[in-house]
Amino acid sequence: MYRIRFHGRGGQGMKTASRILGTAFFLEGYEVQDAPRYGAERRGAPIFAYVRADSKPINERGIILNPDLVIVADDSLVPVPAAGVMAGITAHTLLLINSNEEESEWRHRLNLECPVLILSLKEEVSERAELPYIGATCTGASARLTGVISNRALEQAIREELSELGTTVIEKNLENALAAYESMADNEGAITEGGLASADSYALPGWIDLPFEDARTSAPAIYAPATSVEVKTGLWRTQRPIIDYDLCKKCWWICGSYCPDGAIEVEESLPIIDYDHCKGCLVCVAQCPSHAIEAIPEAQAQALEAETQEGEQK
Amino acid sequence: MKRTLLTGNAAAAWGARLANVDYIPSFPITPQTEIIESLSEWIDNGEMPGRLVTLESEHSMITAAGSAAATGIRTFSATSSQGLLYGMEMLYTVSGWRAPFVLVNVSRGLSSPITLEPDHNDIFAARDCGFLQIHCASCQEILDSILIAYRLGEDARVRLPVIVNMDGFYLSFTREPVVIPDEESAREFVGNFDPENIHFSASAPESQAVAVLGGGPYSYFRYETHLAAMNGLAAYEEIAEEFGQRFGRSHSAVESYCADDADYLFVMLGSFATKAKEAVDRLRVCGWSIGLVRPRLVRPFPASQLQHLLADRKGIAVIDQNISMGMGGVLHSELATALYGQSGKQPILASFIGALGGRDIAIEEFFEIAEVIKQAASSGVTPPPRLLYTREELREIRKLQAVARAERDELNNNSGHKKGEAQ
Repeated sequence: MYRIRFHGRGGQGMKTASRILGTAFFLEGYEVQDAPRYGAERRGAPIFAYVRADSKPINERGIILNPDLVIVADDSLVPVPAAGVMAGITAHTLLLINSNEEESEWRHRLNLECPVLILSLKEEVSERAELPYIGATCTGASARLTGVISNRALEQAIREELSELGTTVIEKNLENALAAYESMADNEGAITEGGLASADSYALPGWIDLPFEDARTSAPAIYAPATSVEVKTGLWRTQRPIIDYDLCKKCWWICGSYCPDGAIEVEESLPIIDYDHCKGCLVCVAQCPSHAIEAIPEAQAQALEAETQEGEQK
Repeated sequence: MKRTLLTGNAAAAWGARLANVDYIPSFPITPQTEIIESLSEWIDNGEMPGRLVTLESEHSMITAAGSAAATGIRTFSATSSQGLLYGMEMLYTVSGWRAPFVLVNVSRGLSSPITLEPDHNDIFAARDCGFLQIHCASCQEILDSILIAYRLGEDARVRLPVIVNMDGFYLSFTREPVVIPDEESAREFVGNFDPENIHFSASAPESQAVAVLGGGPYSYFRYETHLAAMNGLAAYEEIAEEFGQRFGRSHSAVESYCADDADYLFVMLGSFATKAKEAVDRLRVCGWSIGLVRPRLVRPFPASQLQHLLADRKGIAVIDQNISMGMGGVLHSELATALYGQSGKQPILASFIGALGGRDIAIEEFFEIAEVIKQAASSGVTPPPRLLYTREELREIRKLQAVARAERDELNNNSGHKKGEAQ
């Protein structure tokens, strides 16, 4: 089974891109499932869409967590946790990203082992949601990467899916999609169908018994986002973020770039928090895609530190 | 007949169109709105006859649907989640009118906290209201079930409204290959609505809202509705059989997949059950004797079929996509009721709660559920109910709570600071 995920922003045509690719697979005789996933539907918000295609009826459902191909129409989505761009990317996945950065830059920034292809539009656009024909471009490129979709099927799929939009729009999309299809000629068939999880040896789900917590903790109340408060020193911190290096994927560029105080230093791809200047805002905790940064009350952290130091002195 | 890619919502709209409905009272709600958008577009373009009206709430919408049905015309409507609950008073009311129509519910978790993604607490809130319920697992099944539902609801033995249920997102917004029957054979199958004594004319007023004081008459009307719902069991099987013969697709009251010889079974409702099928396939490759049983008809509850299908098994895992606060999974309770007092050795009946608010169920979790019921069967001890919830998910909620705590602290600090200034 092919498992393909498109990431973009509302308005960039990712739902349409997934439908065109789904229809193209269907025209080539595949069983298909395609679906968009979004929350608050608004222009510019992160959305993604996915396509499954197989030679037999598809029983798998829901978000694809073991993609063969991930297409990113907008590289500014990579560090947005809600976008989920990084979810399930392994060495098997091919990452196709619309960016003016080099392939090596993305591999370096995100500590990736998987192949990366750049889809560079080389166009200066001020409003990312207005990126013209990016959906068609992503579809054309991804169709070629599968190696099983002819340009005729791609063209027919575009004509079917965009039939209500009129000739001019269809022709412009066709032009972009077919150009992208040609641009990927050297990578035809670069993605392969992922394997099946075996019932003989599988990763345990890691279920836990959810503990009771009183309503002060467990009622779903939220507080208005705190306004930025100028804090001069780490002594004001009440919560301390702590990186679990066993879980850290060393995609240092994310936490390092998002720390508003520049309090995360990087040494050889290893993020290190400068607790003298960290104000405990926990932006890094929120941004970390692998949930590797934990927060504990500062007082508790200091008590632990004191114990450790005492232990060392003895 | 045409095989094409359709979302669950589009399949529902096609079902209503092919059933030749006359009247569609509507009110938008995510993730259902696409159904009424499609129907209104077709009506506007003259592609289908009928009248679509937007009401000011689901309460009015259900009232309008019941009222229209009570004049003897074929009526369709659709809602979801909070909308179904907002119309709840009228669900009970109009089912008592014994005027049939079809309502599609696109399942979505209930507030609070609010979500858009699916679970079955909305449809189970309507469990006892007198509407029959058909639960779908694929887009094809949605279209087919709407055709079947009109036959079922309009059957003289039944004459009750029917809800056809699908999961939001997993079906509503998901395209799959769907065979659209041609109009002629669909209409031949559904037939014309014979309203019997249901009618309305301006000079002959009729009241649907009679008051009965004293429990005797009330008990009569209520129990007659129950008996009509129970008649739905036999009626459903006949209609589904006829559907299968005509269209070549089988939709029996209970779907059974690789279950004939299975020692172990998954039992679940709706579209997540297809994920269980995938797990069954992979477990069988590894030598497991396991299958899936999926009730399609939930009201009336096909107890005797389930008793037959679940008898003489070693272990059964019931995966509920709902939770009755203070009790647990509703389907688990209903199966326990159905199995209690049956002769022979009772299987282990283990309860799992999963997929609340669209929380996915990983294939590995199905493998682990199989392992849990196998161990329970060998020890003879039923495991406690298990919420499908992982350490990583708790870590994610701890992250959210940590951020909320930090923001609250910051707000408290700020307001304290301001107080100090004011003094």
